[in-house]
Amino acid sequence: MKGKVINVTTDTVVGEVMKMKNDGHRLVTFSTYQVDEDGLGILYHFDKNLETTHLRLTVKRDAPIPSVSGVYFAALLVENEIRDQWDVKFDGLVLDFNRTLYLDPEVTQVPLVSNVKIEPKK
Amino acid sequence: MATTVIPFGPQHPVLPEPVHLTLKVEDEIVKEAIPALGYVHRGLEKLAEIRDYHQMIQVCERVCGICSMIHAVCYSQAIEELMEVEVPKRAEMLRVIWSELHRTHSHLLWLGLFADAFGFESLFMQFWKVRERIMDINEATTGSRVIVSVNVIGGVRADLSPEQIRWILGEIDIVEKEVRALQDTIMNDYTVKARTVGVGVLSKENAYLLGAAGPTLRGSGVAQDMRMLGYGGYSELDFEPVVETSGDCWARSTVRFRETLQSIDLVRQAIAKLPEGELAAKVKGNPPEGEVYMRVEQPRGECVYYIKGNGTKHLDRLRIRTPTFANIPPLLAMLPGCELADVPVIVLAIDPCISCTER
Amino acid sequence: MLFTPTVIKNLLKKPATRLYPFTVREPFPNYRGELYIDIDACIFCGTCARKCPSQCIEVDKEQGLWSCDPHACVYCGICRDTCPTKCLHMKDVHRKPMTERIMMVEKGEPPKPKKKAAEAAPKAEAEPKADDADKGESKKADAKKK
Repeated sequence: MKGKVINVTTDTVVGEVMKMKNDGHRLVTFSTYQVDEDGLGILYHFDKNLETTHLRLTVKRDAPIPSVSGVYFAALLVENEIRDQWDVKFDGLVLDFNRTLYLDPEVTQVPLVSNVKIEPKK
Repeated sequence: MATTVIPFGPQHPVLPEPVHLTLKVEDEIVKEAIPALGYVHRGLEKLAEIRDYHQMIQVCERVCGICSMIHAVCYSQAIEELMEVEVPKRAEMLRVIWSELHRTHSHLLWLGLFADAFGFESLFMQFWKVRERIMDINEATTGSRVIVSVNVIGGVRADLSPEQIRWILGEIDIVEKEVRALQDTIMNDYTVKARTVGVGVLSKENAYLLGAAGPTLRGSGVAQDMRMLGYGGYSELDFEPVVETSGDCWARSTVRFRETLQSIDLVRQAIAKLPEGELAAKVKGNPPEGEVYMRVEQPRGECVYYIKGNGTKHLDRLRIRTPTFANIPPLLAMLPGCELADVPVIVLAIDPCISCTER
Repeated sequence: MLFTPTVIKNLLKKPATRLYPFTVREPFPNYRGELYIDIDACIFCGTCARKCPSQCIEVDKEQGLWSCDPHACVYCGICRDTCPTKCLHMKDVHRKPMTERIMMVEKGEPPKPKKKAAEAAPKAEAEPKADDADKGESKKADAKKK
């Protein structure tokens, strides 16, 4: 992956994002991926003069993740999306749709975890 | 002053895309807007787990209803970077030609809809009449009007013959002439200006901090265009990002109008520099383990793909961030302070593609 | 006022539109329209079924059946391009609207297994096929769950 990758933890993520904002970076988006059974990897993509920087955060899905929507307002949509897709909680989300941004209120399934992955042929 | 809550949408007066806004209104002035999405969520990212990486091209093309080509280019480029495939030069240039034709017809569609949003229906019909020539070029050269489906991993699967190139050059000359005839109306007409100048102003700082993308960002004076990254054939072409500084609806429509002309020029440049050669590189095996972050410029702005491969023919994760997704927070910042009657114009000014947003 | 020249030009010109059902534009030769199969040339290899992005084609080698759900087809033309015997074709016009759901089923002669290999070949081929079918079913089940 092109661009610098900085590893962060749940304690430092808000501070690091704040630092990026003060450096004049633009928040592009977050990407998520499954780490193992109950882990979630989040990449925060930043852009400044077409240069990319990524912050990598790995968390357990049952613990709340500190929200950066207080720093970048634009993070609110993508954090709500992650809530929909992975059923995780964000601490301090400015506008919480409570997993109804895309999904209907009666949906209890977690779309990206319920596993339909096809195992590689041996 | 008492606050009234007015639900706006999911049906937009002119745009067939479902977005709902809860508007808190005092008198005629909007004080707050809260969005509600989820009317067209399809879960396309999940499909990456059961469709193989070749078949995902056709899925990515259907993320957006209007710019199938550029989504497919972005996905193919990401997979090619992951698999370290060298794309032939001719294929790269052909991708540019079709991408820019898509940008032209997408902007012409939007300019027409925008004219319709403030009630100028005859201008709407003029723009769509011009657009039809571009659609014909797409249909004749690729086999379909919108979902052109010419990308494969490693190149393209359609070619342009010398006769087709001559015909395209003739057609885009006519398109340019007809578009230029409408320039004065969309930019300087009194009625158009009355509805767009000073409406939905987004300052340069706000646009940048709220993560706006594409013409919305460039209309606020930030010269950012992902084509400047020089991906594909763009490194060999000569162009500058189109920038307007006033940050209102007029600036956003002017950016799109000037980009239409720029795209026509880019099609000419790409045709002039079209090299001879192979159409597609041979691709063997599966994408290896690894991550790719790919950005391209769509008609609506910066489009981001994140791909995580795991060594099998199915991708571990495909994440798509479309430009409208980035433009919704700026929209929420534009709406407070505007008049209720201007809301449809402002919503349309970001060129919302909700199908893209929700995927 | 700036729009007046366009208005005057349009007044003097013929209409820009066609009276559609009565006048139809000539189709472009490369248009990806209705899919059809020349079943006599088909060797039932199943490449189209494997490559199809919408997985709307099913091939039954044993009975020599080729079936396609035209309502699920996305008209991408991948099957036509990958067919080894080039027996799939697309018309240059789209399929006319229908009043009921149909399923395209074509019956052809399945290729006869060679006498010598008749014992071994079906088994070797049956295994990966069964695997594929399982996958198809599990996918369908998942789709239903969603």
